[in-house]
Amino acid sequence: MPALPLDDAGPYVAAAYLVFLALLLIYVAIMAGKLVRIARELGELTELVERRQQARAEDAEEETVRQ
Amino acid sequence: MFARGLKPLSIASVVLIIGAFAMVFFYAPNDADQGFIQKIFYLHVPLAIAALGGFVAGGVWGVRYLRDGDRAHDLRSYVAIHISLILGIGALVTGSIWAKASWGHWWVWEEPTLVSFLIVFLLYACYQPLRFSIEDPERQARTAAVFSIVAGAFVPLNFLAVRMAESFTHPRVLSQTGGSMPGDMRLTFLVSLLGMAVLFVTLCKYELTSKQASMQLRALKRRLAADDDEAWLPTGRSAAPQQL
Repeated sequence: MPALPLDDAGPYVAAAYLVFLALLLIYVAIMAGKLVRIARELGELTELVERRQQARAEDAEEETVRQ
Repeated sequence: MFARGLKPLSIASVVLIIGAFAMVFFYAPNDADQGFIQKIFYLHVPLAIAALGGFVAGGVWGVRYLRDGDRAHDLRSYVAIHISLILGIGALVTGSIWAKASWGHWWVWEEPTLVSFLIVFLLYACYQPLRFSIEDPERQARTAAVFSIVAGAFVPLNFLAVRMAESFTHPRVLSQTGGSMPGDMRLTFLVSLLGMAVLFVTLCKYELTSKQASMQLRALKRRLAADDDEAWLPTGRSAAPQQL
């Protein structure tokens, strides 16, 4: 087949490079979703540990008052 | 463990990919035969080579897992195949676009290069469902390693078979004589290939780091649950390795 003129070839070339860009962006979006989930779970765990520490401190305080 | 060197690798990926694309459009001349449409070559071929290389790398990590039983190797094998599948989709779609522009068809079933790549891709598309179908993590890792080795060995065999077959329309890029690309085209191709290889390694590292963070988080949850006498924690079935 003869070479396509620039006007005809341009959209195909643009489409190919856009496919690559779209794949990268989709991957980044999926990774962002995972990062948000990790951050949320980490926040929950931090909150849980803080609550537990607070409860232990209150227990120790009550113990001191009782003594 | 996996995050080491991620920042310089990410910067190198961005610089190389942008540099390669700049060379494609501002340095490499238009092909005398195909004209401007040949610019897809600098994207399509590195994508395909990186994907096939990643499949083979997955097999190599599979061998290492079977040899020493280190779960990190299983994770590496899984991630290499996972990223290769993504690059494989890119190679198939960009190739199809190029085929439509060059040959007038989105797909040519008579062409061994195209069909063989599709077979390899479909073979690896079974990898994740295979892993997902096995619940026991030890068995899952072992079966996946065997799959990755057998399929990984199939990739170079397939490549050789295609080289020996008669080509109808698809050009042979990597020939024993070094191909017939002029110097500036060859340099652009090599920079694109290097960029894609570095991008592949970077994406693998991202995925490994993310998986490791999830695993550590799950382990931490399990420890906290055990402290609370809540030994039971729902883990859920997953195709990805769940612990190191």
